[in-house]
Amino acid sequence: MSEVLIPKLKEKFSNIVLDSHSFRGDETVVIKLDALLEVCKYLRDDMGFEFLMDVTAVDYPGREKRFEVVYHFYSFINNYRLRVKVRVPESNPAVDSLMPLWSGANWFEREVYDMFGIRFSGHPDLRRILMYDEFVGYPLRKDYPLRKRQPRIPHPD
Amino acid sequence: MGLETLFGKSIITSKLDAVVNWARKFSFFQYPFVTACCGMEFMSVWASHYDIARFGAEFPRFSPRQADVLFVVGTVNEKMAPVLKRVYDQMCEPKWVVSFGVCATSGGFYDNYATVQGIDKIIPVDVYIPGCPPRPEAVLNALIRLQEKVSRESVLEKK
Repeated sequence: MSEVLIPKLKEKFSNIVLDSHSFRGDETVVIKLDALLEVCKYLRDDMGFEFLMDVTAVDYPGREKRFEVVYHFYSFINNYRLRVKVRVPESNPAVDSLMPLWSGANWFEREVYDMFGIRFSGHPDLRRILMYDEFVGYPLRKDYPLRKRQPRIPHPD
Repeated sequence: MGLETLFGKSIITSKLDAVVNWARKFSFFQYPFVTACCGMEFMSVWASHYDIARFGAEFPRFSPRQADVLFVVGTVNEKMAPVLKRVYDQMCEPKWVVSFGVCATSGGFYDNYATVQGIDKIIPVDVYIPGCPPRPEAVLNALIRLQEKVSRESVLEKK
């Protein structure tokens, strides 16, 4: 399976796929940020990836484009899995929402917004999902202070 | 028997604290504030094998207004903290709090941005139970400790 998806995507999106690798049958493609919706629509409609399993992000503080948003897709029909990554700069951390294609993206994207502060353009209800509204900052960013606490009830000490 | 013989067979004399505390400590109505996996162990204490009913504390009240022991069972995060405080404030005096498991006691290994590092930062605690999760024996031990503590209190003094 590992030699099926990547060549097909590279052929179809030759100047959009920036990078790819395959590890023990798990295939990953890194694509251009502004082509996300286009690629995902193709994945869903033409390659059978009807299930968006997960959306998450990674913070790489040293990189030119600091964040990576990671999508995991699964195809029930073909039993294929695919990981798609987009690189997002810190200066404008915004990604197109996948809500038009998969409704299930709703809470995943809210979680990524909550933890990393990455905005999802076109999301209908982008607000924190895990942390409370008064919370300041984004706790899974590497520069969030390890010991910082933001209690809702003031602690006596 | 001295004085009591003057009143016939149906009257005994005792201290007010002794009588009231005896009644209180053997009829705890608990409010289980269960947030995490410790709840499994708590259910085990409840069920027939360990049988917390032997100590008169088997009756859970899911309204804080009817409870007098608050069992905080599991991790309490900052988002949940105002809820816990509100539940505690709604309980009538006299009331006691048991911190069940290491997460409620100190945050446990959740030493992070989200977790309250011990519920005693929010509400007063009478008995702490260590363990992740505590064995049912430890819970029963804590309950007996709480009974001892209650028996030392005075009904005329505010806690």
